[in-house]
Amino acid sequence: MSGGVEIRVRVAEAEPVADGIKRLRLVPVDGGHLPVFSGGSHIVVSMQDGERRIRNSYSLMGSPRDTAGYEITVLKTPESRGGSIYIHEHAKVGLELTISYPLNLFPAAHRARKHLLLAGGIGITPFIPIMAELDEAGATFELHYAMRSAKLGAYADRLAERYGRRVRLYRSDQGQRIPVGDLLSNQKLGTHLYVCGPERMIEGVVLAARAAGWPGENVHLERFVAPPGGDPFKARLARSNIEVEVGPHTTLLEAVEAAGVDAAYLCRGGVCGQCETDVIACDGTLVHNDHFLTEAEHKAGKKLMICVSRFKGRELVLDL
Amino acid sequence: MAAIAFKPGTYRDDFTFRNSEEAIRHFPFPFDKDSYMYAVNIEQHMPGPKKSATEFPIDVDEHYVAEMADRAMVLKEDPLRCQSQPHMITAEWDLLELLMSSMARDYPEHFALLRDGDRWHWINRPLGIEHRFTFGDTTTLPYGPMEYITRQCQGDFCLLDQRNDNLWMDAGIVTTQADWSLDFNLGMDFMEWHGPVPLAHDLGVFDRALKFLLNLQQGRPVRRLNWTMTVNPRLDTSPENYHKWGKDRASVTPENVGEKVHLRVELQALWRLPRSNAIVFSIRAYLIAMREVVTVPKWGRRLHRVLESLPPELVDYKGLTRYRDYTVAYLADYDDGAPTSPGFGPD
Repeated sequence: MSGGVEIRVRVAEAEPVADGIKRLRLVPVDGGHLPVFSGGSHIVVSMQDGERRIRNSYSLMGSPRDTAGYEITVLKTPESRGGSIYIHEHAKVGLELTISYPLNLFPAAHRARKHLLLAGGIGITPFIPIMAELDEAGATFELHYAMRSAKLGAYADRLAERYGRRVRLYRSDQGQRIPVGDLLSNQKLGTHLYVCGPERMIEGVVLAARAAGWPGENVHLERFVAPPGGDPFKARLARSNIEVEVGPHTTLLEAVEAAGVDAAYLCRGGVCGQCETDVIACDGTLVHNDHFLTEAEHKAGKKLMICVSRFKGRELVLDL
Repeated sequence: MAAIAFKPGTYRDDFTFRNSEEAIRHFPFPFDKDSYMYAVNIEQHMPGPKKSATEFPIDVDEHYVAEMADRAMVLKEDPLRCQSQPHMITAEWDLLELLMSSMARDYPEHFALLRDGDRWHWINRPLGIEHRFTFGDTTTLPYGPMEYITRQCQGDFCLLDQRNDNLWMDAGIVTTQADWSLDFNLGMDFMEWHGPVPLAHDLGVFDRALKFLLNLQQGRPVRRLNWTMTVNPRLDTSPENYHKWGKDRASVTPENVGEKVHLRVELQALWRLPRSNAIVFSIRAYLIAMREVVTVPKWGRRLHRVLESLPPELVDYKGLTRYRDYTVAYLADYDDGAPTSPGFGPD
């Protein structure tokens, strides 16, 4: 409930689109329509893997106008906490899942004169509906899409065919790289820049944009972090008066939920700020993995984003 | 449900606006205790009790026809009450869909919406309007989508664009406002348009409210109540027309308080819009005369206590300075000192 309204869906299509990349089409179980969404939105998919409830965020990549079903693309990440593996192994046509309403933390800036889109690997997904939206509105845009190899470039051919010269593809196995420096230093005033891809790529683009003098508000990042694992630890929830154990592959938020405590969340990726939790006592080190709190707040150690952050040490007491 | 019997009434000149007994029970009384201070009083916009102002997401009441006539007059005199920046056109269509689908679903005796793909057919019986148009094609409507539908829906509406971790008032229709101006506020961000509110900034109210709204989810609208007071049942208390209504404040006497002084409550709601990712902020004003308030004994007692203990900054900000004492004296006759029950509703 704390994540908002939930919708029951069924897998209507499940097909591989590239190496280790699977596309799912989800349709409402009751046969009705799903909410319209805006390009850049994501949903949280809840999966029941035996005893374990896994909730992962995925960008919506179908047409924003298609309310009969939603499409998501899932990259299999073997070292992850299990959500992508569950989908690759169990998500067959007919499987029922629960999803949240769409939430958009990566919207297009509709006043931009031009939209410069940079995608790396699976980071292509939010750009698919964004481009559909921009194209329909007659906006100027350009996609630069980097992939390791043709086999790993999901939807590359389809996009190149639809948008022609507005799409550029870069294959690193052929030594091709997005010429970020050149691109960023040659844009007309009023251009907005969007990046979605691996953390290293995002950091590189942020530095290049800063060096090229881009105003911060013209740079948009989709930086969901898959919650990293780590050493197991314990946390005491003061208001609920219970202690939870957080395993190496689960998150603090998941452990809190498994204990029956209704904690607020939205993105589960350390971005939206909804799960911000007050730290009452901390004898040890907070391991901040979020992109929401400021550096000063990280240092102060009074708040923790429990969807992605962890703890090392003797005792952690949270206001939950 | 039974059809609404729409009442005549004017919000200017001869001020013939009155609330029926049913409308008094429908009134969203804003005080749940005997004193008032700001709070982030935001709650989920869930269906409230039957026949209350929150029974449906968009409330249509007996004043509908009269209010729409008043809005048309305001717009005729001052077209700048309705403005929209070009990037808000998608949000305008979102708003049209929200209002038409809510009104048709919840008041089927009065409104109907038939959708065949993008070809829509809208029927508004109280105003005698029937129109076929193409959703997404502005050339098929006589006004822009926001103006078209809000000329047929009670309440003011502002469309807020979300960017740079802030909200920007980039479109709206505002004809029933408590002394603020869309023309002045257009293009401002959330902190700018709340600039003049005293005390609340120090309490951190707006920082928390903004943070909350940036994460507002589709399918989970929220609401809050705000209030002030108005002399005469005038909906258009705008800065643009201050010369018409400002002097009314000096017209209150101990003899006419019950008739002239009105509690004005705004039922404010916020929805995340699906296509545009914008937020619509609706501000629906309800008016009730002091002599109507005191027909509900709990409300009479409570309003007396709230006004008597109101901090001086708020008395000034809400523009009550000139007639607060008369109003408190009038209400004192209806306050026997008995305890009031918690909650907003009548006992």
